[in-house]
Amino acid sequence: MAVGLEQEAIEDTNDFLDGVLKRNPVFVQVLGMCPVLAVTNTGINALAMGLATAFVLLMSNIVVSLIRKIVPAQVRIVTFILVIATFVTIVDYLIQAISLDLHRALGAFISLIVVNCLILGRAESFASKHGVVRSIKDGLGMGIGFLIGLLCLGMVREVTGNGTLFGVNLFGESFQPWTVMMLPPGGFFTLAAWLLFFNWISKRRADKALQQEVAK
Amino acid sequence: MNDASLWSIFINACLVNNFVLAYFLGICPFLGVSNKRDTSLRMGAAVTFVMLVSSMAAYGIHLLLLWVDAPYLELISFIAVIASTVQLVEMFIKKMSPALFKALGIFLPLITTNCAILAVALFQTNRSYSFLQSIVFALGAGVGFTLALVLMAGLREKLELANLPGIVKGTAITLTLAGLLSVCFMGFAGLFN
Repeated sequence: MAVGLEQEAIEDTNDFLDGVLKRNPVFVQVLGMCPVLAVTNTGINALAMGLATAFVLLMSNIVVSLIRKIVPAQVRIVTFILVIATFVTIVDYLIQAISLDLHRALGAFISLIVVNCLILGRAESFASKHGVVRSIKDGLGMGIGFLIGLLCLGMVREVTGNGTLFGVNLFGESFQPWTVMMLPPGGFFTLAAWLLFFNWISKRRADKALQQEVAK
Repeated sequence: MNDASLWSIFINACLVNNFVLAYFLGICPFLGVSNKRDTSLRMGAAVTFVMLVSSMAAYGIHLLLLWVDAPYLELISFIAVIASTVQLVEMFIKKMSPALFKALGIFLPLITTNCAILAVALFQTNRSYSFLQSIVFALGAGVGFTLALVLMAGLREKLELANLPGIVKGTAITLTLAGLLSVCFMGFAGLFN
């Protein structure tokens, strides 16, 4: 899980891509797990949750980076949380206005974006130390990385658990849904399987690099 | 007003809809501090205490905000109350048991961003529980959280002796275990309606 954690000194141009790939919040850093597991039982829910979180992340990154020089160090965490809570309230009302069904499906988890460790983590470890432009890049990268992680889980769980993808039936009538994947245990199993997959890939890559070293 | 009985609220929050294993709330400390049974028990106690205090405070805040007609401030005031409660608990533990303070490490201040605690405040408001119901609900949620944490710690202590292939080690196997535990807790479904 700690593949990219030590790469704190990143170059300017990599802020965006790093969030998406190398330091993906879901698969590499394993941050913000609660919404990742809770609302990813369908693709649509995962998409909505991902977009909402990405928006809050981006906006809070911008604001935190703008006010970083005025806020005293002792009260910074509280200030960050209040900034985040403000944007979450905005998103909460926005989703309610766009689609009431979606709001009902996501339930309290929209409000719970406030306590997503990923957002506070980025505010504290990145936006409070860097300028606005880099913070925007970082927010976008991390947000999209998080969205991809949610979609990976949501799509697998919807296809296996319900036989549909974004509500479109894939297998026809005869498909016997794997109901447990839609239920809470499915979330744990799917995430574990994805982590296993990425572990396997990174191990294979490390092995290959080692073989090349030896061949030289 | 919600007319569910206190006992059913407790069992529901603790077992049937366990916060960690059915709602996925508080996964970070669940994966982070569930290495040792001893630490996890104390962590559970700390979380339960914060839940109880913030649940009572949230009930008052909800009434106050209804009175001044500003429901959009709910989220912000809830989180502010939780943050100060955590600060209180932190000072208390630091004074009473420096060893425990060290063992809990970063996860103590992170109780603030433990979704389970904010969720208690939000759920009790959504379900319009009375004051007494709210307290029982918070207690049930806290006990459920502790139960899941301690069970997980017990499993992980055994896991350390198991011979696992390299790529499974770490988060992947822990999540699989959590999934199995969650399957077990699904057995409680239908205990109450």
